[in-house]
Amino acid sequence: MQSILLAFPVALFPAALLSDIAYLNTAEIQWSNFSSWLIAGADVFTGLLLASALLSLFFGKFRGRGRGLVCTVLVAVLFVAGVLNAFQHAKDGWHSVGTFGLVLSIACAVIAILIAIIAHWRTSHREQRS
Amino acid sequence: MTHLRTLGLTLGFALAACAPESENLDQTGSDPVLPEQADSLLPAMNIATPDGWGDDLPTVPAGFTITAIAEDLKIPRQTIILPNGDILVAEGSGGNAPKLRPKDIIAGLIKSQGKSPVKGGDRITLLRDEDGDGQTDLQTVFIDGLDAPYGLALIGSDLYVANQDDLVRFPYVEGATKIDSPGEKVTELPARINHHWTKAMTASPDGSRLYVGIGSNSNVGERGMAVEEDRAVIWEIDPETGRSRIFASGVRNPTDLAFNPWTNALWAVANERDELGPELVPDYLTSVQDGGFYGWPYSYWGQNVDPRIRPQRPDLVRRAIVPDYALGSHVAALGLTFVTDGGFGGRFAEGAFIGQHGSWNRSDFAGYNVVFVPFRNGRPAGDPVEFVSGFIEDGHARGRPVGVTFDAERNALLVADDVSNTVWRVAPSNPRPSLALSENRAQKTE
Repeated sequence: MQSILLAFPVALFPAALLSDIAYLNTAEIQWSNFSSWLIAGADVFTGLLLASALLSLFFGKFRGRGRGLVCTVLVAVLFVAGVLNAFQHAKDGWHSVGTFGLVLSIACAVIAILIAIIAHWRTSHREQRS
Repeated sequence: MTHLRTLGLTLGFALAACAPESENLDQTGSDPVLPEQADSLLPAMNIATPDGWGDDLPTVPAGFTITAIAEDLKIPRQTIILPNGDILVAEGSGGNAPKLRPKDIIAGLIKSQGKSPVKGGDRITLLRDEDGDGQTDLQTVFIDGLDAPYGLALIGSDLYVANQDDLVRFPYVEGATKIDSPGEKVTELPARINHHWTKAMTASPDGSRLYVGIGSNSNVGERGMAVEEDRAVIWEIDPETGRSRIFASGVRNPTDLAFNPWTNALWAVANERDELGPELVPDYLTSVQDGGFYGWPYSYWGQNVDPRIRPQRPDLVRRAIVPDYALGSHVAALGLTFVTDGGFGGRFAEGAFIGQHGSWNRSDFAGYNVVFVPFRNGRPAGDPVEFVSGFIEDGHARGRPVGVTFDAERNALLVADDVSNTVWRVAPSNPRPSLALSENRAQKTE
């Protein structure tokens, strides 16, 4: 379940980063519109993932010798950065991306992929053990 | 849990701290104070949700009386007075801008909190005072089946109605209380998207030309400049042929037009851009120069560059005209009428009344009133004087002024209010001879 939820930010945040780069290169506003929706979609699923991760943390389903906690903290950071980025992208014109938006988009993309690597490494580790 | 709370608090605080506060700068007159642009994550916002008037009335200066002369209208916007004293009220709500971003959905929901829930009438209502007591004796639908009518003008026996998408001519016979004919289309008006849909209109004093204000299709070009062709302009139209040309450009949203009776020049009120801070950019009142460019979207108040629009156009910014008179940021000026024949006398003898709707993009309320801008020798001279107020109470809007019309013959000011769906009439409490006396009283009570 969590891996399905995680699939969305992993796909959508880097996609938003690419469309941000396209906007900054072309000043074609539609790229910034794409980013807005990609970030909004990523935020929704990151929020669900965060809720699910917190539940797992408290009810002991999220195992892995503290890695659950690391993942949860990273998801929380990702969620905050994603929401800030959504507000940034709600500005008009060039300011919808700007330096801050680009930094946030890079951060979101990197953190999302990092979470996936940590989560996936844990799963493969467990598979090897079994 | 404490971590979560800290996180929540930090996030909330960070966002709230980003929304800048107003500093009550002096932003009226020919040289407004323009602060630095505030590039905040959340714009300053405050929505005045509607509330009823109860037994209260808007506030007017001592010596004047205000009465409601039409109620239960369907979003009244602009009014004109016909030669026989009948009043026409354009009612409607336009715009069909698609929601392109998540922001458009959220902002739409927020802004709708400040509006009347009534559906726009798409019609013109006639108000007739049969016995000259200032009260309406007949309120009837004059023309029905229009499309968000806003600008109205009568030239001879031709009544021109500016819908949100076209300009239509109706034959008018003095004394008529209804027009059934479908009207004759004079010309299409730019209507794609219609982010700013109102088509303000006025006729030149000689009746040979019509002028129509066409607002921009975005705040600052964020739908792309392709959809801004023929937007943020004032058209000059030949009413005979329907031929049009751009008279002036770069006017973000020219919401009302009127001819200055002392200079016979075209003047306009315009609404400037949002989201640069609570005290940027001042809305303005200006004479409109033929061929003039007023900055939008590349710059504001002359050469102040707006960094949000790319690619930039320094060539256009260089020739951007500084407007004549700032009205204040986010006051949302929607109505303009010049007084004639000595106006209300005293300090209201020469100048213009301006209806200010008020806007969402400030934490403090600005506008939500009718002001009088005094003129001397046909030019603004002095600070605006609040003339009709009391629209805001306890953070709620009991009304929001739109169109204003000065009726020189009957010595009254009409104010359309699109939240309480009322037309207000302000007139001196006493007939003309004692006006000087009441004027003194008004000054004493201040």
